[in-house]
Amino acid sequence: MARVVVDVMLKPEILDPQGQAVANALPKLGVTDVSSVRIGRRIEIEFAGEPDLDTAREIADKLLANPVIEDFEIRSLEDA
Amino acid sequence: MRIGVVTFPGSLDDGDAARAVRIAGAEAVRLWHGDPALHGVDAVVLPGGFSYGDYLRCGAIARFAPVMESIVDAAHGGLPVLGICNGFQILCEAHLLPGALTRNQHLHFRNRDQFLRITSASTAWTNQFVEGQEILIPVKNGEGCFVADEATLDVLEAEGRVVARYTRGNPNGSQRDIAAITNEAGNVVGIMPHPEHAVEALTGPSLDGLGFFTSVLRSLAGASTGGQPAGSTNAAEGQR
Repeated sequence: MARVVVDVMLKPEILDPQGQAVANALPKLGVTDVSSVRIGRRIEIEFAGEPDLDTAREIADKLLANPVIEDFEIRSLEDA
Repeated sequence: MRIGVVTFPGSLDDGDAARAVRIAGAEAVRLWHGDPALHGVDAVVLPGGFSYGDYLRCGAIARFAPVMESIVDAAHGGLPVLGICNGFQILCEAHLLPGALTRNQHLHFRNRDQFLRITSASTAWTNQFVEGQEILIPVKNGEGCFVADEATLDVLEAEGRVVARYTRGNPNGSQRDIAAITNEAGNVVGIMPHPEHAVEALTGPSLDGLGFFTSVLRSLAGASTGGQPAGSTNAAEGQR
């Protein structure tokens, strides 16, 4: 399976209100030792042939992530 | 004057934007996302809504629409472009404006009449206002929190490119209460609240929104008669 995984996360300095809302819900589960939750997005790209990391990087840079607010990491699924 | 209003799949406020253009006294020309032709329009409005479902990020997919490629080129050449709400998000994604619009800090969708202070009356879309003027227009967004790094914010402030700020309460957590910004040339403006919903007494909280649309007509009239376009009056005075 020629699959590339792109993980997109908000940059550390960008406030993540969704993550905060989840963190605030954790005491309701009885969990009290979590200091922070941040939410990102995992995208799986399937290539017809060999996984092309350069193309995946271009897709991530131009479309999947907004470099103003987000960072991304790329790996082929075999490495994962 | 012919003002283009773009319709993307998922646009909601294109009808109201076209109506505002007509009430301001111009001809509204409907532009289609899949058609790269701008049909000779003198300015463009990118309306509010949820273009392409706002999948991935608001405005991220709309940026690659055929019509947007033409608009980006024309904007670099000086075409006045106003992005409202989703249109503002698209302008940021297209890198015509700096920063980004993110999820409202309190996570709630905000829908209310909102006071703004006009902080720059030297753009193509705000020359009919007075700097410091307070206006009231509707705001309605879930992802309207304007963010940029501190250096970018400082540049926007130093160059007078913050066009409007929220007053009497910030509806979404935007940094430095920023509601609207412009590019260096002043022809591209992005605004989160909705001037096109405040152009008629029957449906709007005021008529304050109309000023954005009459401003661009004045700006275009100044350009076509060979006079100084709005925003260049200071330069003209300096030559006397």
